[in-house]
Amino acid sequence: MLDLLKRSLAPITAEAWQAIDATASRVIKSQLTARTIVDFDGPHGWQLGAVNTGRLDIPKKKSDVPWGARQMLPLVETRMPFLLNQMEIDGATRGCEDVDLSTLEQAAKQVARFEESAIYLGFADGGLGGIIPSTAHKPITLPPQVRQYPEAVGAALEVLGRAGIGGPYALVLGSKAYYPLMQCVENGYPPRRIVRDLLQGDILWSPVLDGGVLLSTRGGDFQLTVGVDFAIGYAGHTREQVELYLTESFAFRVLEPAAAVTLKLPA
Amino acid sequence: MTVSYTEPHDELPPAVREVHRAITSLVEELEAIDWYNQRAAIATEESLRQVLAHNRDEEIEHAVMLLEWLRRELPMLDAQLRERLFHAGPVVEAGHGEPVASGGAPAAGAADLGIGRFKKGS
Repeated sequence: MLDLLKRSLAPITAEAWQAIDATASRVIKSQLTARTIVDFDGPHGWQLGAVNTGRLDIPKKKSDVPWGARQMLPLVETRMPFLLNQMEIDGATRGCEDVDLSTLEQAAKQVARFEESAIYLGFADGGLGGIIPSTAHKPITLPPQVRQYPEAVGAALEVLGRAGIGGPYALVLGSKAYYPLMQCVENGYPPRRIVRDLLQGDILWSPVLDGGVLLSTRGGDFQLTVGVDFAIGYAGHTREQVELYLTESFAFRVLEPAAAVTLKLPA
Repeated sequence: MTVSYTEPHDELPPAVREVHRAITSLVEELEAIDWYNQRAAIATEESLRQVLAHNRDEEIEHAVMLLEWLRRELPMLDAQLRERLFHAGPVVEAGHGEPVASGGAPAAGAADLGIGRFKKGS
């Protein structure tokens, strides 16, 4: 039975599919943090088109029979094409261990970052509000000295605590904050350990953030709904090349805007 | 039957301990399936037989959920299940035959990369 991905039509051996899928999975996972800390609902398959918000849009115009239209949040479906060289992927069946899948790796990075960005920063064109644009709190500026990061994290935790948002918490940082924090040692003791003790949770690196965000991972605050989880489908081929695509369908909702605090880089 | 640690508990990383918990639970569920299946086969009172068969089927559901969790955690299990399940013909040759038609659309997530929600820590 042919499914929408049409993988069985592709001139690709089982060994090559295994290499393609494993590479895609590895690269995608390396770029994702958001789905590891928000509520993950799914995968529900191709047929899920929208998330029920449970709300009504009431028209301003009066009607003899009062009515409202149900609000739904549509899923965004990505489809990122890429080309692979036929001879190169055939090499996987011959035992080649360094098959050139660089085009796949690039596409995998892009689709993963698209999801990551939509969750943290929002995707207005698709109707998805992100954690950072939705937060109910003023941002906290990270101090210029990395050794002072625990103070900023403590301040952010206090904001969440005052708002009644319980832990555990996670701290997600972009490259400019994450790597300095990982490398810093102050008086023989790394500030990252103090931060981790404060959080009782993980410090994560995200490729889509400039500063960072501190959020509760207690559950019930942020919801990622996945229709089709990351998958690879077949589009067509010539003698030399096979065109595949990476696809995913998802929606994201912030249910509790008070459950996250943005951390800005200093000016 | 219980499945115990064979290596020092304190030296095992948390992810390995979680897998151990799931495997232990899976063993318990499989045992329960066997017990209910035997009792349902010999129960003489029909309504009791129905209850026992129902319970067996519930345990099957539990076992499959645990198997699915393990599939997401263990890439080799994922690869083997994808290769060996849902094929017609001899079991030892499964993976080389035609997939069994399920009579409906493939299950959600059946052909995806199996990424789902995973753990990431620093």
